[in-house]
Amino acid sequence: MPKDHGIGASIKRREDVRFLTGAGNYTDDINIRCQAYVYFLRSDVAHGKLNKVDTSAASKMPGVVRIFTGADFAAVGGIPCGWQVTDRHGEPMKEPAHPVLAQGKVRHVGDPIAAVVADTLEQARDAAEAIELDIQELPAVVNMKAAVQSGSALVHDDIGTNLCYDWGFVEENKAAVDEAIKNAAHVTTLELVNNRLVANPMEPRVCVGDYSRATDDHTLYTTSQNPHVIRLLMGAFVLGIPEHKLRVVAPDVGGGFGTKIFHYAEEAFCTFAAKACNRPVKWTASRSEAFMSDAHGRDHVTKIELALDKDNNFTAIRTETYANMGAYLSTFAPSVPTWLHGTLMAGNYRTPLIYVNVKAVFTNTVPVDAYRGAGRPEATYQIERVVDKAARELGVDPIALRRQNFIKPDQYPYQTPVAVAYDTGNYDATMDKLIEIADLAGFEKRKKASAAKGLLRGLGVNCYIEACGIAPSNLVGQLGARAGLYESATVRVNATGGIVVMTGSHSHGQGHETAFPQVISEMLGIDESMIEIVHGDTSKVPMGMGTYGSRSLAVGGSAMVRATEKILRKAKKIAAHLMEASDGDIEVKDGRFHVAGTDKSVAWGDVTLAAYVPHNYPLEDIEPGLEETAFYDPSNFTYPAGAYACEVELDPETGRVTIERFAAADDFGNVVNPMIVAGQVHGGIAQGVGQALMEGAVYDDNGQLLTGSYMDYAMPRATDVPFYQVDHSCVTPCTHNPLGVKGCGEAGAIGSPPAVVNAVLDALNSGGIKIDHIDMPVSPSRVWAAIQKAKA
Amino acid sequence: MKVTMTVNGASRSGEVEGRTLLVNFLRDTLHLTGTHVGCDTSQCGACVVHVNGQAVKSCTMLAAEADGAEIKTVEGMANGDGSLSTIQQAFQDHHGLQCGFCTPGMVMSTAALLKENPKPTEAEVRHYLEGNICRCTGYHNIVKAVMAASGQDVSTIAAE
Repeated sequence: MPKDHGIGASIKRREDVRFLTGAGNYTDDINIRCQAYVYFLRSDVAHGKLNKVDTSAASKMPGVVRIFTGADFAAVGGIPCGWQVTDRHGEPMKEPAHPVLAQGKVRHVGDPIAAVVADTLEQARDAAEAIELDIQELPAVVNMKAAVQSGSALVHDDIGTNLCYDWGFVEENKAAVDEAIKNAAHVTTLELVNNRLVANPMEPRVCVGDYSRATDDHTLYTTSQNPHVIRLLMGAFVLGIPEHKLRVVAPDVGGGFGTKIFHYAEEAFCTFAAKACNRPVKWTASRSEAFMSDAHGRDHVTKIELALDKDNNFTAIRTETYANMGAYLSTFAPSVPTWLHGTLMAGNYRTPLIYVNVKAVFTNTVPVDAYRGAGRPEATYQIERVVDKAARELGVDPIALRRQNFIKPDQYPYQTPVAVAYDTGNYDATMDKLIEIADLAGFEKRKKASAAKGLLRGLGVNCYIEACGIAPSNLVGQLGARAGLYESATVRVNATGGIVVMTGSHSHGQGHETAFPQVISEMLGIDESMIEIVHGDTSKVPMGMGTYGSRSLAVGGSAMVRATEKILRKAKKIAAHLMEASDGDIEVKDGRFHVAGTDKSVAWGDVTLAAYVPHNYPLEDIEPGLEETAFYDPSNFTYPAGAYACEVELDPETGRVTIERFAAADDFGNVVNPMIVAGQVHGGIAQGVGQALMEGAVYDDNGQLLTGSYMDYAMPRATDVPFYQVDHSCVTPCTHNPLGVKGCGEAGAIGSPPAVVNAVLDALNSGGIKIDHIDMPVSPSRVWAAIQKAKA
Repeated sequence: MKVTMTVNGASRSGEVEGRTLLVNFLRDTLHLTGTHVGCDTSQCGACVVHVNGQAVKSCTMLAAEADGAEIKTVEGMANGDGSLSTIQQAFQDHHGLQCGFCTPGMVMSTAALLKENPKPTEAEVRHYLEGNICRCTGYHNIVKAVMAASGQDVSTIAAE
């Protein structure tokens, strides 16, 4: 019988009711009396010198409140970067200025040049058309490898290079890795592209700035995954507003996927302009603006070499990656190809020697930063593609080759050669489960059925591991993070027994309002309906770091558990006093406090009332009230892992690939709400399938974004994906957080791209068409071209 | 110019510019913010409403064109007593939404689909919803919810 409450129950989501009835409160639904609207005039060239921005005629247009240009922000801080990477030679990364509005140069299509504030959006847009621009177009820097050659045009003239950093990891291992590859019995080499993606949450970014002359308080409503991070970055580094004068609210947020982590220029602008214009200022991105202003994801070009000994044991991995930073450093951009990527290069395997080189490059493109998985999909894709290629070259079963090299259950904690230490896992268990749920036994029969239709059927299997539950602050501090990555929770018990949890985690689709109460319900034995989650408002939740890196339950949930434990300790003292017993004898069961071994008990509500009506209360020992706060800083990352399988049908006449079956066996540690967890995996798989088959942000040689709308950027639709088989019954609980949870938000997007590409290559090769690799997106035209080349 | 239309059963009027889209009239003038704007190329379907009983992307229609029309939005989809309708309930029961932004369009498209095809197959559901993009769910639970709302047994579809 499945549980119907507490941890492990698939409770229906309470937040659904407002979303299903149109009662959600997204940022664009917020309108403040007297608000003005801002329209950003953006660069339509990738790289150019701003000779003139003449706003004189535009300023006289109807409804215009004020027009801002870079000059208005000359004395204002730039958009900061939250992570400092140190290169192979001990030098800090190059960190160019990132102005709120362009100053002197434009550096990508979409770079904001001027901002028109007007009574209506239409008036702002009309006036923007009357701004006179003189832009001297410069050669665009687009190709990363060309960008680091001498003689390339420079995105930032003042730093004298387009190379942000040249990072080596672990640098001390480099010689040993080179030696191991030289002496290997077999080396498999693969060059591949991890295609540039646009996160595309369905809600475009929006912000509304507000300002009170009476109190000098600023308020920013924004589509953010982490309002507290915005408060810190924008307040401290851009506008110079202390925390107590700046409220940041992220209400219902329509998806994030990473791209709503970062602090954006539009947020700083609306906050600044609200004071400057003495009016609330609202900006709502169109989808076209989102394509050219939201941070993009991935965009790595990599060469990987896998060395094996004569018994097919992995002996070394060496990689060289070019990682696109775009035109400016977005908030966490430098960390993605380094610490979120290099540290994952051991994957699920015992490879003893690993060396990762990453060259981060500035180009005249939109900044690139974390997108669902962030660095870990790039690592997984390389490893799982090169292992598959090695299996084909060696003529061995790809699953057997993986199993042979797995870290074994008795090897935990397992210290990898790339800094991280996995606390727990069981990769054979998830592989066994995958084989079962994917019905791999039936594959050959299905392959024959496909062949009868003239189609090639392929099977792709891969593993993944990720490091999430981000992150131990002391560790990431050593690695260059400029922020702590704890989480906080305040648990407030009201006099009548209801509980409000104020968490720094932010829900933008993950269902925290439903899942977090399940944890407290389990701990206290009271009904979930008595527990409410408050998040997304820095005036209600004092401190927090937000939601990304699959951290909400592992870090935010742990803070909530710690605060609830404090509540329990105090509540037991109150209960003991009420029953004239010792608090050490108090047990909590079904929402009542019992004196162990007796029939004496008091209800939860008796205790909570006593806390606030302390007529009969141990005032000499404890204070009245029942509210506790905890900060939780994890001691390690968590390491979800699993095995994925994809079956495709491929039409050799047209190159068209369809996903016929997809299965995912994940080990997420303990699971609080299986329904929500499955939904997270489903969505991640669709994004991974999208990356593998259809998505890709494309720039031409002039730096023009060719995929600037849903007309050109192929988003997965309902017809592009099948029903998925997902399982998370293989559980090795995390050993270092109180819930034993690992996080599930990114797994699907990390684990699925190699499964799809491996399946496509299996279909081709098993069909007699010898092809080593096709880059993502594996579109019909690319498959067809590869087939023609192979036949030629 | 002044437009008047029946929205969720009530007569509503307002001043619009010639260029005002129906979705902006609904959101900004009538404050019916359940209808969302997710793109500017009529691709995403977050803005689907019913106009005279037909599913329409309200970003593709001028408010002036809807003068005199019967409009239904997601705010008008619950039962008379305020409880969730069969379609809405199926979306909640089967976890057919996550961030909720595409959801109003999904609900409106589903209602239109089930009106013309009361027992759609999986393939028919997927085909009909091609004009509604969801970035969160991978469509699995949306398709399941739509089939459940049509009264079909979805228990054999992959668990959870």
